[in-house]
Amino acid sequence: MSEVLVAMSGGVDSSVTAALLKDQGHNVVGVTLKLWGGDSDSGCCSVSDVDDARRVAQQLGIDHHVFNFGEDFDRHVVEPYVAAYDQGETPNPCIECNRHIKFDKLLRRADVLGFDMLATGHHARVVEHPDKTFRIARGEDMAKDQSYVLHMLDQAQLRRLMLPVGNFTKGQVRELATELGLRTAAKPDSQDVCFIHSVGGRKQFLGDRIPLNPAAIVDGTGRQVGSTEAVQLVTIGQRKGLGLGGNDQRRFVTDIDRANNVITVGSHVDTLTETLEIKGLRWVSQPVADQLHVQTSAHGPANPASLSGTTVQWHQPSRRIAPGQSVVFYLGDEVAGGATAA
Amino acid sequence: MAHYLDNAAGTPMHACAVEAMMPLLTTQYGNPSGAHRMARAATQVLDEAREVMAELLGAKPGEIVFTSGGTEADNIAVQGTIGSTGGTAVCSAVEHNAVLDPVLHLGGLVTPVNPQGLIDLDALAQLLTEAPEPVSLVSVMTVNNETGVIQPLEPVAEVVAELAPTAVFHTDAVQALCWIDVAAHAACADLISVSGHKFGGPKGVGALVVRGDVKLAAMALGGGQERGRRNGTQNVAGIAAMAAAAAVTVAVRSAEVARVGALRDRLADGIRDALPGVHESGISGNERSGKIPNICHLAFEDVESEALLFLLERDDIFASAASSCSSGAQDPSHVLAAMGMSRELAGGSLRLSLGHQTIEADIDAALAAVPAAVKRLRSAERHSGFGR
Repeated sequence: MSEVLVAMSGGVDSSVTAALLKDQGHNVVGVTLKLWGGDSDSGCCSVSDVDDARRVAQQLGIDHHVFNFGEDFDRHVVEPYVAAYDQGETPNPCIECNRHIKFDKLLRRADVLGFDMLATGHHARVVEHPDKTFRIARGEDMAKDQSYVLHMLDQAQLRRLMLPVGNFTKGQVRELATELGLRTAAKPDSQDVCFIHSVGGRKQFLGDRIPLNPAAIVDGTGRQVGSTEAVQLVTIGQRKGLGLGGNDQRRFVTDIDRANNVITVGSHVDTLTETLEIKGLRWVSQPVADQLHVQTSAHGPANPASLSGTTVQWHQPSRRIAPGQSVVFYLGDEVAGGATAA
Repeated sequence: MAHYLDNAAGTPMHACAVEAMMPLLTTQYGNPSGAHRMARAATQVLDEAREVMAELLGAKPGEIVFTSGGTEADNIAVQGTIGSTGGTAVCSAVEHNAVLDPVLHLGGLVTPVNPQGLIDLDALAQLLTEAPEPVSLVSVMTVNNETGVIQPLEPVAEVVAELAPTAVFHTDAVQALCWIDVAAHAACADLISVSGHKFGGPKGVGALVVRGDVKLAAMALGGGQERGRRNGTQNVAGIAAMAAAAAVTVAVRSAEVARVGALRDRLADGIRDALPGVHESGISGNERSGKIPNICHLAFEDVESEALLFLLERDDIFASAASSCSSGAQDPSHVLAAMGMSRELAGGSLRLSLGHQTIEADIDAALAAVPAAVKRLRSAERHSGFGR
């Protein structure tokens, strides 16, 4: 039996996490993080989500606290998010939140307060190897698998982490919640970035914080085919919303030149590449060079590749990905390491 | 045993207050606005409570407006005045949000305080002189709810009378009644807010003193209760209980000031003696006479309030840091920021607030738990084994 702090977002997964751990006999305390003070309508930030988490905790008979990590969230998640878009990169704020907030700030807080373990409602598993090292592995439900956003966890973090819903499909999680009569049983999954309001969207969020710059849109020959008011809102691989309509050929963003504010578009073939340059490579335990599958988005495919130095060699041409995105290396079901697209 | 040291947030009810409200919740349920005997009985309860509150607050009975609590009293004072006369509202930078937010909402101005938390009279004078529109309301709290600092009101009222002679002077005295003679201290104020649950009454009831010639626009229109200044059926049981609590509070006040003040001093001195890096706010030198006697407000270097409160709760000690937001999270204190305290130090603040039920054993428990928790948090901060 352990003292477990459960991060409760107010959603069904973390509700069931708390219920499962209590049922296993652990001493469970719930905590909801207040991360964002601005407008928001989804995710872990709104007062109604705190209400849901608190009511579930009351129902389970466990203590529930709210920690205000708003300043850390601003510094480590929101400000880098804005800066990344401004530099022509595509950030992943959920990964930065996991890296700096949930599995650093909160884990340190849990430690200080005397908890043995931290639990979250992520759909992934923590597996222990015979040599007593730990890996993040894919969750039971491949469609909901969140191992990608947990790839950065190191041994000191994994040793203290419990992910009980990773052993269940989302359907089973909802069934458990329904059986227990938890009010979050049918609550829709959160979809978007928690601090971006669905009405104003990313455009308004960035526009309120940085000047948005116009850019020319050119094709592979350098001929201008259009323009955009905000280069910061364009991402590699994007097809819609470029105002290039009326063309029979589908065109994708293949390059963003932030220095000159020029966006290059091309055909689907132009979005494919043989290699991917990475930076900030970290292995969970031992380095691995072969038999890797490499995943470059939260729910995208993991394609076979080899690694040589800081270059990922795709075995089949793969889609170009935006600088700033996380690149996660899998060995079978398990995360072996991670990096960032350069 | 629970050690409740959060009396600035709310006090346990006096037995006499509970007794006063019980019949009104059970058998005497008439609506005071009615025309029959049961209604008249309720009206009599209100009349008697109004006289009690008037005497304790230095007002006439007709100047007492019963409200749903301190926040409504403050809002009627600020929004009611501006709604009636127009012009600009001014308040201090350390006001409770119940004053600060309506003032800012109405486009009002904020006047600064010094590091002790007291109004900077020169800055107020300058603000009143240079305000682009006539100032029609000045609001300065009697006692700050976080630090317990007592604001002398007379000098503020003199500046207001000289530079904004038509302005209404409001004071939020919500934290004051247990510890200072509000009738005398706030005699210079035109509007005074109090709240029942801060002095042994129930939650959800308060009062606003409205001196005879002050005109207020009603916040909510309705049946004309409280002479149209606060429409809606009165909380008769709550009002009776508040008056009973106020009466006993004032009767025992001087003895309680001495008793609780000694407990608070032992608490504050003990924690400061046990730990380095402790800042006691609102004092000048080691002199605490400028604060009400029940608040011990400390800021600890290298400590986060949320973690400290969590550890104290595990030792059955219930306290608070700054004001809590609706979700229960701790928000950075605008009061400490206004007093010039760094955000980092303010993030390690702890308010231990004593009350009529506090005894030596509560102080003993806090003196054991607080230094131990602070040491533990500081040690963990130095030896953090996680992350990067």
